[in-house]
Amino acid sequence: MKLYEGQKGSTLQVVHMDLPLQTERRLEVLGMLEGTRITVVNRKRKGAMIIKIRGTRFAMGQSITEHVEVKEV
Amino acid sequence: MSTKELTIGFVGNPNCGKTTLFNAYTGANLKVANWPGVTVEKKEGAMRLHDETYRLVDLPGTYSLASYTMEETVTRQYILSDDVDVIVDVADASALERNLYLTLQLIELGKPVVLALNMMDIVQERGMEIDLHRLPEMLGIPCVPVSARRKTGLEILIHTVAHHQDKAQGEKLIHHHDPETSSHKDAGEHHKYYAMVYTDEIEDKIDEIGERLKKTYPGMDNLRWHAIKILENDQELKEKYPLDFSDILDQDYEKEIINQKFGFIEEVIAECVANRTRKAESTDRTDRILTHPVLGLPVFLLIMAGVFFLTFTVGDWLKGYFEVLLEWLTDAVTGGLLAMGTADMLISLITDGIIAGVGGILTFLPNIFILFLALAFLEDSGYMARVAYVMDGIMGRIGLSGRAFLPMLLGFGCTVPAVMASRVLENRRDRMKTILITPFMSCSARLPIYVMFSELFFGDRAMIAAFSMYVLGLAAAILTAFVLKSADRGKDGNMLLIELPEYKTPNAHTIYVYVSEKIKDYLSKAGTTIFLASVVMWLVMNFGFHGFTSNMDQSFGAYIGKVLVPVFAPVGLGYWQIVLALISGIAAKEVVVSSCSVLFGIGNVTTEAGMSSLSVLLGSMGFGALNAYALMVFCLLYVPCMAAVATIRRETGSWKWTGAMAAFQLATAWTAAFLVYQVGSFFL
Repeated sequence: MKLYEGQKGSTLQVVHMDLPLQTERRLEVLGMLEGTRITVVNRKRKGAMIIKIRGTRFAMGQSITEHVEVKEV
Repeated sequence: MSTKELTIGFVGNPNCGKTTLFNAYTGANLKVANWPGVTVEKKEGAMRLHDETYRLVDLPGTYSLASYTMEETVTRQYILSDDVDVIVDVADASALERNLYLTLQLIELGKPVVLALNMMDIVQERGMEIDLHRLPEMLGIPCVPVSARRKTGLEILIHTVAHHQDKAQGEKLIHHHDPETSSHKDAGEHHKYYAMVYTDEIEDKIDEIGERLKKTYPGMDNLRWHAIKILENDQELKEKYPLDFSDILDQDYEKEIINQKFGFIEEVIAECVANRTRKAESTDRTDRILTHPVLGLPVFLLIMAGVFFLTFTVGDWLKGYFEVLLEWLTDAVTGGLLAMGTADMLISLITDGIIAGVGGILTFLPNIFILFLALAFLEDSGYMARVAYVMDGIMGRIGLSGRAFLPMLLGFGCTVPAVMASRVLENRRDRMKTILITPFMSCSARLPIYVMFSELFFGDRAMIAAFSMYVLGLAAAILTAFVLKSADRGKDGNMLLIELPEYKTPNAHTIYVYVSEKIKDYLSKAGTTIFLASVVMWLVMNFGFHGFTSNMDQSFGAYIGKVLVPVFAPVGLGYWQIVLALISGIAAKEVVVSSCSVLFGIGNVTTEAGMSSLSVLLGSMGFGALNAYALMVFCLLYVPCMAAVATIRRETGSWKWTGAMAAFQLATAWTAAFLVYQVGSFFL
């Protein structure tokens, strides 16, 4: 499933990211790597989300969340 | 001890409390400097401890030292330069896991690093524990617990820096994460001086690149860092050292290096941090309302309405006292000068020119103060970043990321820092768009114009008239962005990614520094730009082709204004005084107000008496409420002040762009004022 389909409050594991290299690197530097567990804190209908990575909250636009493949854990 | 002062570079993630810590040392005695050639800001301050002077440099917050963004590159170059003796890596101890990535990169740079574990008070509040013995053992650098908010540990940190200044590399580290069973030739012994040790495969590559670099560039220091960066395919270094490494760089190693760093960070956290799971729930509770999918937007609008309400009501109430003071000053000075037998011309220059111009602007200080106070609160509490998320949907519709809304919001304060804040957008096209629409956000310098003219002509509805300017400015910005979006449809640049810090009670000292900086800017502007503009206006108004004249109709100013009157007549501003005031407003927007005092020869134009005489004067010229509204609209939209134009030029790096923007803004202002005046005349 894609990240934007994740329900509020659920914990997900990143499987794969299909983003421009620069965006992917920025996410990796923030600690969002393949295999990292993330929590969905809040979400909007259109796909913008607040997620928690390693204890820190980030807001992400739909253009990122729809290109991140995750699985439930 | 050496007599050379020690330069300490403060580096850290955004939201780690770095600026609070920096301010705790230096107070508000900052010197803002720009790096030559690029417009990245750094702040400098100095402090003394035990008869030693330390120079402190605050660098922009950054998550990494890769060279993907301009700020990263510049920060990195600055740290590597001889200018910095010791790096203080400021980390939010309550979110150590995220902060350690930058720490590992800084250690690899090879300069002396001291880790400042900031926000230790929050760590304790949450019942977390950090093993302060094991952490420095694993990282190989001193780790000093501090709290910038409570001002604890500050002196110890500087002591540590002073004693650590020569130790780029410490003792051998005690690793436990080496694979015990490794059959590698260097297993167990190699690289034990480094905190971050990669897998044997990566380490061999680093060694090999290092050896090749050493052969070609024998004088290079910190070979290991250069080698790691080249292995990461760092463009800047690969261009600087154009050797052929293609046989070593057979795949993308950057990702692997980041992965392994986080692997090590997880080990450090597991060993050194206890009770990590007990999180403060208050942020989540607050966010349930403030970032609610439906309620988030109305709540934001309510907050902004509150900010403007305070700015206008409380600000105007305080402004009353300033006006009384100004009136008294004018009378006293005029009286004094008359008693001394000063020439009429000089009295006119001082009272009609300087006091009227500069003084008139100073009476707006309370409004400006409250506006910046409110913005400082929003920023320091952690709400600002949420606005980016809340506004992302709307901004997406006009082709921009929610993050672009932050510069726009700052634009309510001042266009100059707002335009500079557009740097947070990575995409150049998005930056240009944001820079183009930010000046439409009504800055605080335009406030005096609205306050004066709406109080003159709209009586009880003055506040509504003034507030409508903010709404109109926002609408102009959104409309412009929307048109641009339709022009380049298809290209997807909208990539919101922003950290949402924990909510906190705003820090009094941080707010004090923020607001006092802005007030200082405002006062120095009154003392320089506005002072000069007032004097120039007075000269232009009191001198004509026949020398000094008390008849303004014969002055140079009248001549210039009258030439342009036909252009401004269709928008209801066909009065040469107004035209001249608008031209002078390009120096700084407040000058429109001070020019009016000079032009209409009214000493205290912002006081009640001054206003009523101006109102009578304007009325006799046929300048009514509709003209006043057209004037406000024109002031809202036309070319921003010189300082803003200069900033736009710097940030866009192009005169062509800057010129096109100015032309576009003039055209927009004229068209909007034209519509207001013509449609208004039809109905009234």
